[in-house]
This record gives sequence, C-alpha cells and structure tokens, in this order.
Amino acid sequence: MSGNLLEINDLHVNAGDKEILKGLNLSIPFNEIHAIMGPNGSGKSVLSNVLSGNEDYKVTSGQIIFKNKNITELKPNEISNLGLFMAFQYPLEIPGVTIMNFLKTIHEANRRANGLEVLGPSDFLKYVREKAEILGINDEVLKRQLNVGFSGGEKKRNETLQLLVLNPVLTILDETDSGLDVDALDIVSDGIVGMKNEENSFLVITHYRKLLDKLSPSKVHILVDGRIVESGGPDLADKIENKGFESFN
Amino acid sequence: MNKKINKPSEKDFNSPYEFGFETDIETVFAPKGLNEDVVRFISDKKEEPKWLLDWRLDSYNRWLKMKEPDWSSLRYPKIDYQDAYYFSAPKEIEKPKSLDEVDPKLIETYNKLGIPLKEQEWLAGVAVDAVFDSVSLGTTFKEKLKEDGVIFCSFSEAVKEHPEIIKKYLGTVVPNSDNFFATLNSAVFSDGSFVYIPPGVTCPMELSTYFRINAAGTGQFERTLLIADEDSYVSYLEGCTAPMRDEHQLHAAVVELVALKGAEIKYSTVQNWYPGDEKGKGGVYNFVTKRGDCRGDNSKISWTQVETGSAITWKYPSCILKGDNSSGEFHSIAISNNYQQVDSGTKMLHLGKNTKSRIISKGVSSGSSSNTYRGQVNIHPKSENSRNFTQCDSLLLTGNCSATTIPYVESKNKTSTIEHEATSSKISEDQLFYCLQRGLDEEEAIALIVNGFCKEVLQKLPMEFAVEAQKLLEISLEGSVG
Repeated sequence: MSGNLLEINDLHVNAGDKEILKGLNLSIPFNEIHAIMGPNGSGKSVLSNVLSGNEDYKVTSGQIIFKNKNITELKPNEISNLGLFMAFQYPLEIPGVTIMNFLKTIHEANRRANGLEVLGPSDFLKYVREKAEILGINDEVLKRQLNVGFSGGEKKRNETLQLLVLNPVLTILDETDSGLDVDALDIVSDGIVGMKNEENSFLVITHYRKLLDKLSPSKVHILVDGRIVESGGPDLADKIENKGFESFN
Repeated sequence: MNKKINKPSEKDFNSPYEFGFETDIETVFAPKGLNEDVVRFISDKKEEPKWLLDWRLDSYNRWLKMKEPDWSSLRYPKIDYQDAYYFSAPKEIEKPKSLDEVDPKLIETYNKLGIPLKEQEWLAGVAVDAVFDSVSLGTTFKEKLKEDGVIFCSFSEAVKEHPEIIKKYLGTVVPNSDNFFATLNSAVFSDGSFVYIPPGVTCPMELSTYFRINAAGTGQFERTLLIADEDSYVSYLEGCTAPMRDEHQLHAAVVELVALKGAEIKYSTVQNWYPGDEKGKGGVYNFVTKRGDCRGDNSKISWTQVETGSAITWKYPSCILKGDNSSGEFHSIAISNNYQQVDSGTKMLHLGKNTKSRIISKGVSSGSSSNTYRGQVNIHPKSENSRNFTQCDSLLLTGNCSATTIPYVESKNKTSTIEHEATSSKISEDQLFYCLQRGLDEEEAIALIVNGFCKEVLQKLPMEFAVEAQKLLEISLEGSVG
C-alpha cells in the first residue's frame, strides 16, 4: 500500500444527471500542503463535498482511499471521525447552540468514535481556551450561538477553531480565504501553519493565491472541467496569476 | 392466580351506600360505564363528605348535557364513555407480569434514560408488590415541609385532613361547568395532588409528583389543587421524563392554581405518556384543563411544559390575571413524532391593571404528526397598561408532518399592547450535513439542532429537570429522519 494519506483514483461523480468530476486522480502524502485551483464550475466544491461524503453527489466510478481505507461509500460522520475535516465555504448557523456546546459535542463524538476517553469539563475548557487564544477568540465569543450574527470572516474563524479543536489528519479548506480581510487571513493562516506537523496534511481549494502565499504549498493542482490538468510546484500559481485558466483548456 | 370477580347486580346499584362489590381491596372496582351510581361509588370509596359528593353529582349531570368539543384540529375515533372503567380497573386486565411482557422499545428508552430496574417495573405497571422503596425518601421529605407549614399530600388525604381549604378553593379556577373534559373530571376524579403554601413561606424544595408515588395509577382523572397564600413561593414539578405505561387510553386531568397577593407559582410539566407505536396504534388521549388564577395583586404564575408523549394532546395551561400588576407566563415545547397529534397552547386573560403575559411556544414536528399552537390573549376594557408578548416557533423535520399556529388576540383597552411573532422553519439538509461533517451521526445532529431550537424554554425548567428533558427530546425524535 502507498504511504499516501489520500489517494483518489479515476473518480467520476455526478450531480443529478450531470457528470461533474470526470476521472480525477490525486495523491496527497503525509506532511504536505496541496492546493487545488480552478475556474468557477470546474468541480472544486464538488470534490471537497464528495471527499466529505455528501450524499447529494453520486460517485459513479473510481475510489477514494483515505488512510489506506476505501471511504467512497462511507457516511459523512464516519469519514469525519477517521480524521477528515472540511472547512466550509459557507459555514452554517445553528441557533440556540453555543460555540462552546458545539465544540464539546463534536469533540466528544470524535473521541468516542475513536475509542478515546472524553475529556472532563475543566480539561476541555482549558483545551478550547488554548486553541481559541491562537485565533484571538475570547470567552464571550464562545458563549455566542454558532455562526448566528457573525460576519463572513468571523464565521471562517469559527471554522478554524473547530479545526484546531478536532485536530484532524486531513483538512480540506474549501475557499476558506473568500470573504476574509487581510487581518483575518493572517490569523487563519497562522493558525493552520501552527497546526501543521508530520502527521497531517492539507488540501486548499481556492481561486486566489493570497492564502497560498501564506501557506506555501508543496504542490499546486489545476482543476479544469472535472479533471486535474496539470500539477506542479508553487510556481504554477504564478502562471495562473499571469495567464488565467484559459491556457489549460 | 385467578381471582373471581363479583360483578355487581342491578339491585346493588339501587342501594346508595351498599354496593356489594367484592370487598377484597385488590379487586374492588366499579363496573364499566358511567352513571350516577358509579359517581356515588367513587365518592363512597373515598369516604368523601356529602358536599363533595353533591359537587360530583352536579358535575355529572352537567356533563350529561355537554357536547364533546370539536373545534380542535385533532382527529380521533369517537370515544365511547360507557366503555371505560372510572374507578380501579380490574387488576387482571392488561397488567404485564414482568418486564419481558412490556414493549421492548419502552425498555430500551428506560435504559437510555438510565432508570433502575425496579423503577422500570413500577413505571411499566408491572404487577409486583412494593417495587419502589420510597418510604424513607417520602418521610424525610414530609418532615421538612411540615416545619414550614407546607401541606403536600394526595387530594384524597387533603379532603379528609383539610376539608375547609378544599371547600374554599375547589372549582374556583376551573368551575365544574367549564368544559366537557373538566366537567367529566369533576364527576369522577380519582386522585391527585394538593399543595398549600402558607403566607410568606418560600417552599424549601421543589415539589415533585415523582416523589409522591402513592399517586401512581391515578393518572387517568387526576385532580391537582395548588394554593400559594400571600407572598409565598413554590416551584412544582409534575410528571417525570420516563415514559409511563398506562392501560387507560383516556386521560382528563384538571389542575387549578391559586396565587394570592404577592405569591408566585412556577409549575413545570414533563408529559411523556405512551404516544402509540410508529404506525399510530394505541397511545394515550390526553385532554387536560390547567388554569392558574393570579387572584391577588402582584402575583405571578408561570407554566413550563415539555410535551413529548400521548397520541392526542389537548391542553391549554392558562392564566387569569385578575390582580393588578400580576403576570402570567407560558413556556412550551411540544414534540410530535410518527402519528401523534398535538393541539396545545395557552390563554392569557388580562383583567387587572398593569398585567403582563409572555408566551414562548416551540413546536417540533416529525414523522406524519400534526402540531398546532392555539393561543388566546384577551385584554379586558379595564385592564390598563397591560402587555402581552407571544412568540411561536415551529420546526419541521420531515415533509409529512404539519405545524399550525392559531393565535386569537383581542385588546379592548387602548393603553395595552399585544405583540405576536411567529416563525416556521425546517431543518435544512445543509445544516445536517454540516453537523455530520463534524462527526455527529444523524440522530445526534438532530438532537443538537432541536435542543438549540428549544433552548429558551429548556432554560426555564428547574436544573434537575432540564438535563433529563434534553435527553428526552433526543429520544422522542429517534428514527424521525433517514
């Protein structure tokens, strides 16, 4: 078996009757940051949703291997508990549920699913505060309802807090940079860089290079019309900046 | 063991005090059906004074002339009132002999709630003796209350020990002419709770029916009377989170609350009677009349209810705001799943000056259930500077269920205001996927979202109830999506 954290083999995916991903191949080893860039409608968001097990999309052929396990047919929560986290482009609001309560609920579910002991209330509070501090989130914010009344940038910060708390092995950032101002971008990218280690990897989906400058990915992939059409080093992002995606068609 | 039951003969009914029923306590019961003799029998068995018997008979005769209400959105087969037992159904009927004979789903629920085995037997109505050791608990509890002069006992006991208080207050909030079900209850009520808080006393503990378990088996026509004398305070908890199995399909309870000058009553209910199975078979029909009278100035009554059980719920805990500056509150969570039908809400009747009422209703529907909020706010001409705020939110989990909000509002005083807000929403696929992506399974995700939706009301419950109620919401909605 390969030592890759994620292996996508000839993946075909339909949304309704329409084929969106048309034979996508991608490998991500441990301890790397990969970026996927592509024009609107190329299938970027569908890819992140399919990796997360979203049943709105149908895998017609191909395989997704995560941690040497075929996850193509797994449910979203099962994939999540294996250690795959997706930071949403548009994080959802959950009225009446505080950020703290949400974090506690998901952290406990994750620990239980992995046969680990659930942290006691004071240990957990300490753990969350540690992570929240990295992102400049204070106790008052933790008492607010999840994403209710937060700005786009603040919601992305909440996503990043969930990411740090769950500490997954593979993180998909689905256009996390969109809607972020420069300061928020710094905070979020610093948080991610600080979390990075030999045992995890990141897949950054974006069509801007701002975030990539911060994260300096080891590889950049160009997604056009449901396929990876080119893979290369960070300089590939420069090429797009200068010439646009048209040159890859 | 097969006990022979002597059916009463025609002749027995004609003699007013000698009924000739078998005297063995285990098998004493009134025959099926309802008539004056059955009413007399009940009163006699309880050794009630004549005035109470007369009141029951008066109620019975009023009931005969009344029509079962049909204005609600509830649909159920016609109830045959002559096909029911009104006093102690024969013990041989339907009593499971062990937990093995009880619906395994119910046992599963008990286990999820962490209820000990002995208690499960009691809740499930298993025919065993003394399944629940409550003696020590009950006694210490009573001693403590006695020190403060608080009276908390069964209704029957109160009739014997404190007839003057009962006589003074019984039927003064819910008269025996009030409505079909309340009038029926007034004729045949079995037992219930009585509470009296003396002037100036803050009741030292939450009073809970759960501890007063001698009321077990009296759930069918329960009657509760609670009086908070001047400047007193009491918090009362009714029901428990564990679902009770009950052989009676028809329930018609009456609760009367009286708050005198400066008194405050907080009445919390968790109603979790058997809701029927997934196909809508069986389940309790629950027709309840609950009303509180803010009789004195500056008094306050608040109702908080979590309704998850029963096949049919017909229930409108209300407040009569008679005293000046009095206030009434109604906080409700009504969950309906499968084929349950809920028609519930409140009435706020503003009579005094500067009276305030607040209504927060959260309806959660799933399966093929229907869930109606029906509320009335009425401000009378002399009720100056009074205020009402109403908020009704519905959450739908599936496409087959329905949620309806029917507010009736009327203000006859220009200085008073009424505010009404209503929202209706569905749990979105996106919200669910979001939670699932974070590692929660579907049921955990729904529970989290529903708990968030109901939070405002859950917070009104006493602490020890709130945690259990949260768990209960979770269990009540199991299998509702997917």
